[in-house]
Amino acid sequence: MAVTMVKKQAGLTGNSAVAYAMKQINPDVCAAYPITPSTQIMEDFSSYVADGKVDTELITAESEHSAMSACIGASAAGARVMTATSSQGLALMWEMLYIASGLRLPIVLANVNRALSAPINIHCDHSDSMGARDSGWIQIYSETVQEAYDNLFQAVRIAESEKVLLPVMVCLDGFITSHAIENISLLEDAEVSQFVGGYKAQHPMLDTDNPVTYGAMTLPDSYIIFKHQQSEAIGRAKDVVVEVGKEFGNRFGREYGLMEKYRLDDADVAIVILSSAAGTTKVAVDELRAKGKKVGLLRPRLFRPFPFKEIADALKSIKAVACLDRVDSFSGFGSPLFNEIRSTLYEFEKRPKVINKIFGLGGRDYKVKDAVGVFEELLKIAETGKVETLIKYITL
Amino acid sequence: MATLKELAKKDELFSGGHRLCTGCGIPPIVRLILRSANAPVVATTATGCLEVGTTIYPYTAWRIPWIHSAFENAAATISGIETAYKALKKRGKIPKDKEIKFVAFGGDGGTYDIGIQALSGALERGHNFLYVCYDNGAYMNTGIQRSGATPLGAATTTSPAGDVILGKQETRKDLTRIVIAHNVPYAAQASPHNWADLSKKAEKALKIVGPTFLNVISPCPLGWYSKSEESIEAAKVAVDTCYWPLYEVENGVLKITYKPKQKRSIEDWLKMQGRFKHLLKPENKAILDKLQKYIDAEWERLLSLDGKVI
Ligand SMILES: Cc1ncc(C[n+]2csc(CCOP(=O)(O)OP(=O)(O)O)c2C)c(N)n1
Ligand code: SF4
Ligand SMILES: [Mg+2]
Repeated sequence: MAVTMVKKQAGLTGNSAVAYAMKQINPDVCAAYPITPSTQIMEDFSSYVADGKVDTELITAESEHSAMSACIGASAAGARVMTATSSQGLALMWEMLYIASGLRLPIVLANVNRALSAPINIHCDHSDSMGARDSGWIQIYSETVQEAYDNLFQAVRIAESEKVLLPVMVCLDGFITSHAIENISLLEDAEVSQFVGGYKAQHPMLDTDNPVTYGAMTLPDSYIIFKHQQSEAIGRAKDVVVEVGKEFGNRFGREYGLMEKYRLDDADVAIVILSSAAGTTKVAVDELRAKGKKVGLLRPRLFRPFPFKEIADALKSIKAVACLDRVDSFSGFGSPLFNEIRSTLYEFEKRPKVINKIFGLGGRDYKVKDAVGVFEELLKIAETGKVETLIKYITL
Repeated sequence: MATLKELAKKDELFSGGHRLCTGCGIPPIVRLILRSANAPVVATTATGCLEVGTTIYPYTAWRIPWIHSAFENAAATISGIETAYKALKKRGKIPKDKEIKFVAFGGDGGTYDIGIQALSGALERGHNFLYVCYDNGAYMNTGIQRSGATPLGAATTTSPAGDVILGKQETRKDLTRIVIAHNVPYAAQASPHNWADLSKKAEKALKIVGPTFLNVISPCPLGWYSKSEESIEAAKVAVDTCYWPLYEVENGVLKITYKPKQKRSIEDWLKMQGRFKHLLKPENKAILDKLQKYIDAEWERLLSLDGKVI
């Protein structure tokens, strides 16, 4: 898509913004396969390739499994590699996601969140990326088109950091963000290349004078050692996310951290929610604040590694918290945000009551009134100390 | 083509000390193919005996850059590696004159069955690589289960010779033909017993620009219930019975590269292998006849195409 920039501003959909970021990054190799709602990313990018706007080598794979496999091959070979997918595509990549992280390959993937079949549904929820939350990928969730765009540059830096060397998944909400046009600030190409820098792989397979074996067979004497190293590496990613987010802020005026706190500091109750639904929730916060209710919001930006200490610090003195998950961990004890946050807070003797709401599956609307309803329930819990239902579907 | 003497002088890129079984057909195939490249080789291997047997950490038998990522994706993995080479060369990060050959190895399971989609995709996209299938006729690494390459009548752990059903009921998939249908510039069948033919084909395949394919029969004493010291002989008999015809298709022209003076009966090959024991009983002659008929028809078909554009 031709991007018309006026004073470094342009009206772009989430997908076009991601594709434009990819164009500016100009990776060595992209391998992808189309799926709604992320298709447009690769369509736009294919045009950039066809028009000579980038000199990336594009692999139009015959499946997402092969797309990720090709990304793995290209990354091990020493290339900077990016891809995009959604839903069933991410599910089909699942086997390879673990291999990408296990081989410590800094691949960047834009995941446009979409529900998983069955029944088939092309709209937004977080079942796809949440299903991959333990695959060893760093996961960053974006609220807006601007943030998705900005996150992509940071993802490259985080993935390739010598302290990390792990793949990064940048998530944005299907249709809500991927197809909505937002007026965003763009970086200059030169700013992008300065920020992301060049990439030099440590052990590229194409260095035939120094042959390396990738993906050896490990027995019980060594497998756990590798996994431990991987675990430490993803742990280190947290600080790198902060450093990179700060540097991005210093250079371009938009700083990013581990989470966003919205009117949270003096709040009695709070909603914790990811991605675009945070926007809706903020409207509810403002409405209730106007009525004198002390409500606030916490939107984790980084979900993997989960910044448990920082999130606990932000929530520990609040009276009641609702974790809103756009995914159901079927028959588990609540869904991912709830699981993480509730167990994080267990540390503290005086801790908030925490409840779980499952909302918006398959693109179901989440409205301001839904958020207001949750806040009202939380305020009651804060007052009485009593929780009626711990885990519940809303927006039904 | 290199002589045996010349081949022997080349660097050994696949070291000894690996854990493949005594008499396994895979090592001679891999060694010969790696020696037939006249440039550095970068390779990948699908999950299977070759992968498991050569890279038990912290050891590796590979003296070239090598990667294993998964079972069904060797062709996709090599696509990525080869594309990275193109990209980095274009951007001057690799010297313009640096030539590298890309080879993917997969077993019959990883190629005929679970990996056929990735293979087909990579062939269609036209990457510059050689795919080598070592066909031992079953999923050996996981304990001899049937594959699409298992011969009719063979007993495997998932197609046992039972009281009612006697081994695999279906004839094998003709993968080489499927590959040829992709109009690749070069595809061939080879056998490790005929090293000159195999090495010539590998050299040719590695020289040609574009996707090329070798299907190589690979005796497996463990899964064939054959004698380790007879593996190379078993490969020879497979060729002399025309169970495994040696031929190539270069730019659409089919050429049989070896015609046995006297085509032997399939029984000669079956006799060497315990997996066919039940087929040699008189009461099971119908299956044996069916197998012989299939082999005869296939051989006739090839003969009728020899030297022709197909
Ligand atoms: C997705 C997946 N399914 C199944 C397996 C288990 N598996 C590993 S190797 C193998 C069989 C390999 O057979 P083949 O490709 O013929 O190679 P061989 O073992 O005969 O060398 C199987 C079934 C796996 N690793 N991955
Ligand atoms: S089981 Fe067969 S294919 Fe596998 S290493 Fe042993 S002989 Fe070779
Ligand atoms: Mg096999």
